[in-house]
Amino acid sequence: MTHPIDPLIEFKHVNKWYGAFHALKDINLKVQTGERVIICGPSGSGKSTLIRCVNALESYQEGELVVNGHTLGDDLKATQAVRQHVGMVFQQFNLFPHLTVLENLTLAPEKSQGLSKSRAQETAFEELHRVHIAEQADKYPAQLSGGQQQRVAIARALCMKPKIMLFDEPTSALDPEMIQEVLDVMVELAQAGMTMLCVTHEMAFARSVASRVILMDQGQMIEEAPPEVFFNAPKHPRTQAFLSALHRP
Amino acid sequence: MNTLPSPPSPSPSLTSLPVHPKLAGSHEPCDDQERAQVFQEIAARSVPVEHKGLPERLRQLSQFILTQPIEALLTLGLALLALQLLSLALNWGVLHAVFQIDEGACQSARGEGACWGMVGEKFRMILWGRYPYAEQWRCALSCALALGMLGWSVGSKAWTSKFRTITLWAWVITGLVIQALMSGNFLGLRVLPLWPSVETELWGGLPLTLILSLGSIALATPMGILLALGRTSEMPIIQSICVLYIELVRGVPLISVLFMASFMFPLLMPTLQTPDVLIRVLLGITLFSAAYTAEVVRGGLQAVDKGQLEAAQSLNLGYWQTQRHVILPQALAHIIPGMVNNFIAIFKDTSLVTIVSLYELTGALGLALNGDANWRPYKLEGYLFIAAIYFFFCFALSRVSQNLEHRLANR
Repeated sequence: MTHPIDPLIEFKHVNKWYGAFHALKDINLKVQTGERVIICGPSGSGKSTLIRCVNALESYQEGELVVNGHTLGDDLKATQAVRQHVGMVFQQFNLFPHLTVLENLTLAPEKSQGLSKSRAQETAFEELHRVHIAEQADKYPAQLSGGQQQRVAIARALCMKPKIMLFDEPTSALDPEMIQEVLDVMVELAQAGMTMLCVTHEMAFARSVASRVILMDQGQMIEEAPPEVFFNAPKHPRTQAFLSALHRP
Repeated sequence: MNTLPSPPSPSPSLTSLPVHPKLAGSHEPCDDQERAQVFQEIAARSVPVEHKGLPERLRQLSQFILTQPIEALLTLGLALLALQLLSLALNWGVLHAVFQIDEGACQSARGEGACWGMVGEKFRMILWGRYPYAEQWRCALSCALALGMLGWSVGSKAWTSKFRTITLWAWVITGLVIQALMSGNFLGLRVLPLWPSVETELWGGLPLTLILSLGSIALATPMGILLALGRTSEMPIIQSICVLYIELVRGVPLISVLFMASFMFPLLMPTLQTPDVLIRVLLGITLFSAAYTAEVVRGGLQAVDKGQLEAAQSLNLGYWQTQRHVILPQALAHIIPGMVNNFIAIFKDTSLVTIVSLYELTGALGLALNGDANWRPYKLEGYLFIAAIYFFFCFALSRVSQNLEHRLANR
């Protein structure tokens, strides 16, 4: 891939239903290489569904979703081609509990990218250093704190050398004093130029790293704006209500 | 603005009493001073003493069983009953029992004492069935091999990541060696001309029980896993085939499966080239128990968090890679008790093959008793003998499972 594919992610009039429930309503969104897009909104607004569509963990019924040049749909090859370059971090970490930290990191590069064991371990240690946790490589996930587990999960996704990182409420399941260590890693990642699509309620984080902030409600994108506009002069009254609810002590 | 992340506030002041001046000075000093005044450390208390001596235990026990007159009476009554049963067993099984192989002594002790001489007289028939007398060392060697492997598998080393593969291969090789030992042929080839070849219908007793049970456990487990994966798969045709198979087989008694494998299958075959009766029966038990295994495995698959599958998918692992490396290791760890339950049931169900004229342990005992009117009255002793053998193997299996569970719980 010599020239960058832009936009890396493009939603064109995407609609999704769960049964009769209209979960995503006419989503139009472009994410360019290097952009960091933060999605926020109340629970049940479809923000997780939207982000999970990007690596085909959810399917959609109408419209078109193109990721890294591949149109997602029934084509299994396209799905695999997309997943090869899209990393994901989950709210509940979803580390493999029966494998050590190192094995968690080397499993996919060895099995799906065909790396040799030593090469995979080399990459794994690089990424563990990046998330400041290399000394825990031989432990099992249950032996780590929540913040450490989430950093391992980030490292695991990075081992695939992704072009895009998806974060689905990465700090929501963490104790308050562990949130910062995960956000620090994410800020470093953003500064390194990673393309990020992130569902979060950490508004300070959004303010400091976001290229754009999106508010979703009831399956719709209500507002899409750069952070300085989004936080200081939001256009939509729903955004104003959402922000004032967040700022209430 | 108050949602801005503050640097992780170091708050050792909450735990260590003397506030470090530097820390206290670094942010709101009055706050820390206030906390320091409010905070009062509670002195550590000693651990409550646990009484472990026998007198203390007895005192606790007496509190449970002697509080009310009626309870005391019940306790006493049941204790007497237990004593009575124990003395009966002791009298019959040891004190009045005949241990030497002496039919006359057994006859005069009938009704009062056990005749263990019967086991001494008939043990070769019970253990090795109709296998040619001169060649029975091959049976003994086969059983010793299987026992050795079981012993190794009970040990804590066998299932460590270092030895797991070796253990599995050792079982495969043991299976092949036992097959060669028992038949005198290696996979149908006459490569051991020194030993007479022995037809499988003459195999019997303990080796047959072990071959049938261990063989069908080894074959039914992978088949059950595949069936469970099929039943939970999203492909409708595969799913319905697996559901149909499982429900059909579970709805049929094992005896009828054995009958079909033994008598009907050869009738349905176009030529006389039907596989050996032992293989047919082994496959029958395997097909039968695979259905049960499948449902146990399905329970384990359902217990694995959905997030595990999503994580594997997001890492672009394929279906088989995901099952092999992520889902199954966790699912199988959940279901060890259920699987061993299944294995033990298979082990004991092999006694049903008697009805198709394969004389495994139970059947061989029947042969031994029915063939000799002199020793026939002592069937109780014979059944106790094979019950002990069954118990030994089932207990060994349960130890293997506890060992595995322990290993998996420790990580």
